[in-house]
Amino acid sequence: MTAIATDLTAPIGRAPHDRRPATRGRFSLGRTVRYVILLAFLLVVLIPVYVLLVTSFKGAGDASPTRAWSLPTTWTMENWRAAWTALSPAILRTVQMVVPAALISSFLGSMNGFVLARWRFPGADLVFTLILFGMFIPYQAVMIPLLQLMLGAGVPSGIPSLIILHVVYGIPITTLIFRNYYMSVPSELIEAARVDGAGLLGTYAWVVLPISVPSFVVVLIWQFTSAWNDFLFAVFFSSSQNGPVTLALNNLANGALLQNYGVSMAGALLASLPTLLVYVLLGKYFIGGLMSGSVKG
Amino acid sequence: MRRTRWPIRRWGPPVLLISPSLAVVGVFVYGLLAVNAKTSATDIHTAAQATGRKPSVFVGFDNYVSLLGTAAFQHSLKNLLLYTAVFLVGTMAFGFLWAWLLDQPVRFEGVFRSVYLFPMAVSFVASGVVWRWLLNSNQDTAASGLNRLFQTMGLGFLQNSWWNNVSWGIAAIAIPAVWQLSGYVMALFLAGFRGIPTELREAARMDGASEWKLYRHVIFPQLSPVALSAVIVVGHMSLKAFDLIMSISKPANYQTKVPAIDMYVFKSSFDYADSAAVGVVLLVIVAVLIVPYLVHLSRAEKQS
Repeated sequence: MTAIATDLTAPIGRAPHDRRPATRGRFSLGRTVRYVILLAFLLVVLIPVYVLLVTSFKGAGDASPTRAWSLPTTWTMENWRAAWTALSPAILRTVQMVVPAALISSFLGSMNGFVLARWRFPGADLVFTLILFGMFIPYQAVMIPLLQLMLGAGVPSGIPSLIILHVVYGIPITTLIFRNYYMSVPSELIEAARVDGAGLLGTYAWVVLPISVPSFVVVLIWQFTSAWNDFLFAVFFSSSQNGPVTLALNNLANGALLQNYGVSMAGALLASLPTLLVYVLLGKYFIGGLMSGSVKG
Repeated sequence: MRRTRWPIRRWGPPVLLISPSLAVVGVFVYGLLAVNAKTSATDIHTAAQATGRKPSVFVGFDNYVSLLGTAAFQHSLKNLLLYTAVFLVGTMAFGFLWAWLLDQPVRFEGVFRSVYLFPMAVSFVASGVVWRWLLNSNQDTAASGLNRLFQTMGLGFLQNSWWNNVSWGIAAIAIPAVWQLSGYVMALFLAGFRGIPTELREAARMDGASEWKLYRHVIFPQLSPVALSAVIVVGHMSLKAFDLIMSISKPANYQTKVPAIDMYVFKSSFDYADSAAVGVVLLVIVAVLIVPYLVHLSRAEKQS
């Protein structure tokens, strides 16, 4: 589990460009074939993006299936406007849900990760494994009693419920990422603080937290993305009046505007914009989270 | 070596830091799993019982027996198997191929990598919107989506009813899943490739190993831990499949139902006992995959 921890933000590394001596000539058949294949896959992966963009700008004049793949005859913003009207309240609610959920679960994960990485009490590994298992359980296996528990505790349906759930079920993954990171922190650093008389809490607050910024970015992005994209908890714990954007989008695509693909595609793009933006701007941290999520052995 | 004079000073702070999370995980994971198992052994099949207005009784494994005996649930399990097979094989194949292609020096490697990986940042619900359009079952003159694209490319014979096919429909829903997760598997394999020491390859070449032998005896064994984590991550995601099916198909559609959908449908009709039982079945399936893996991880870590 140490492989990822050492260099959290650059886990893929670079191609060793000097691996093979450049004995080949300018043109190489193998290399050309490789580029052709890579480019073909690139286009295939981008097909849904083309469809989303083009359809979202189409008006009623392009409804015929023969025009399914063509560019809009007239470009219209109508679908985007309709999608924004339908989704903007839900987008706002999702922001209100995702920010506290990501912050709280990151702090909990950081505290757990520190303790589990540094404090070798008997059974520490078992405790860690038990926490980790919580990451893999199908939530369907807790859903019915969870509904009853939240109802019994009087937690309002919608955003408050979802914040709690994302924090709680985020604990395993955030603990894992932080634990792996703290395992890689040189123990001299911790020992030095201890010699200076700092207790465990002091060491955590003054030594560990300040060096945790990269893993905080990774974990915050991970939690942000998974809470933003969550649909399962949204279905069970909110309604279209008080739920997040995934639920609103699904209702939009299935509801009154059924068959109006232009609006639902504009809506899908709107709903994906925040996570895509994070991916584009903070890609390496995003990948760091993906790698940690894989619990590499 | 250990100071025992002030146990509270030694044990206090770490316990203070970790106990809130332990309590929460204890209740929300293990406590609820237990309660759920208990619910699955009752006869709560109606709203009146679900809300406690009418009494319910303990029925043991009756719900499981009847559930596993119905053709509808067997169909869900068969669908789950098919979905997982396509999802796993697809993501592993594309993920490995892309990583293998990108492992060699390639210009614009970052561009390829970013594009292959971006679907991972999109929710299943959002991608479901576009894939429902792409996988539209209309054919010939009414065709849109991929069926229309096949026609224009002169591949009209490839047109099919996609997820509307009763026996194979679920495999069509695995296509968007492959689209979303292949980039992730690629990232894992690429990290694996880059983690193989160059000297190891060089040494094998010096020994005159053929390209195939190099892969067979050096590269594949080095990649096997990565392949294992990819199978675990994709596999457990696949077993919980719900979002994509809800967004492309409908919960009521027989051809695309899987256990997670059944769980939702049972819950919607206040059949809490059967809903809980489906949850337990899913848990058992996932645990068969995950528990040996976690044990293996824990052991491997102790050795290192």
